[in-house]
Amino acid sequence: MTRKRLGLIFVGVGVSLLLATFISPYASSSPDGLERVAADHGFQPRANAWDGAPVKDYAMPGIKNEKVATGIAGLTGTLGVFAVAFGLAALLRKKDTDGNA
Amino acid sequence: MHIPDGFVSCSINAATFAASTVALGVAVRQARRNLDERGVPLLGVTAAFVFAAQMLNFPVAGGTSGHFLGALLAGVLLGPFESCLIMGVVLIVQALVFADGGITALGTNIFNMGIVGGIGGTYLFYGLRRVLPKTRKGFLAAVAVASWASVLGASAACAMELILSGTSPARVVLPAMLGVHTLIGIGEAIITTTVVGMVLAVRSELVGAWHEGGAR
Repeated sequence: MTRKRLGLIFVGVGVSLLLATFISPYASSSPDGLERVAADHGFQPRANAWDGAPVKDYAMPGIKNEKVATGIAGLTGTLGVFAVAFGLAALLRKKDTDGNA
Repeated sequence: MHIPDGFVSCSINAATFAASTVALGVAVRQARRNLDERGVPLLGVTAAFVFAAQMLNFPVAGGTSGHFLGALLAGVLLGPFESCLIMGVVLIVQALVFADGGITALGTNIFNMGIVGGIGGTYLFYGLRRVLPKTRKGFLAAVAVASWASVLGASAACAMELILSGTSPARVVLPAMLGVHTLIGIGEAIITTTVVGMVLAVRSELVGAWHEGGAR
């Protein structure tokens, strides 16, 4: 891993973690476009959320303070998505011809 | 725009699941052939950024919010199928861990945001770039229009699925979805153009579409 690539990871993941951890608790909690349309036109009651999800509504369970619960959920999710996407890309990438694949 | 379980019929979910599986399969095959070592960290970082930025709902008219989609950003940085792959990873984590978007609706959500928004949006961007001036401004104008259209296109697909499922009639849901996402798409265009402009200024080699099309 070259220095440039490490720099990209530090800056890119760092900015994403700052947004997810410290800004997301202050994001608008109004319904989004689809939720608004569903509520206005009477089909919102059809929605059923899956009970088995570990972090429902982006609130880390066991944390009383709502803003902290959202921030920790954002932090965890961002790191998790990075790990999954980076791992998948590393597995898939075309292998070097010099044999150090 | 994440569809929960219960909005879309089984047959629509099955059809879009099949289409999404094929698209992700093509994306995997393309990555095996084209994704080089430099693309690996960029793909991971882009997915993390898309997930994080999707949490930042911004207010639009009348007690409604919207959030960044990121499909066109991913397409401009990495390519259409890479964008679909990134949206797939983000949507799967959101559905399984955060209950954001349904489990049975996962194929439908990947279809709307990954195939229509990511693949469709990026090809529209390629077309716009061809007709617009081959300058930085022309490039960013194509980014702005295509990112707005990627949100509108995904919302139109979502409306179609609701209509075909008998959830809501066309005359109601189509104008309502397109109306609100016309506004949300403006937010998408502002964020995508700003981020692409910043990356172009600092590390232009990360913007794949800037190099492959001779846009300079």
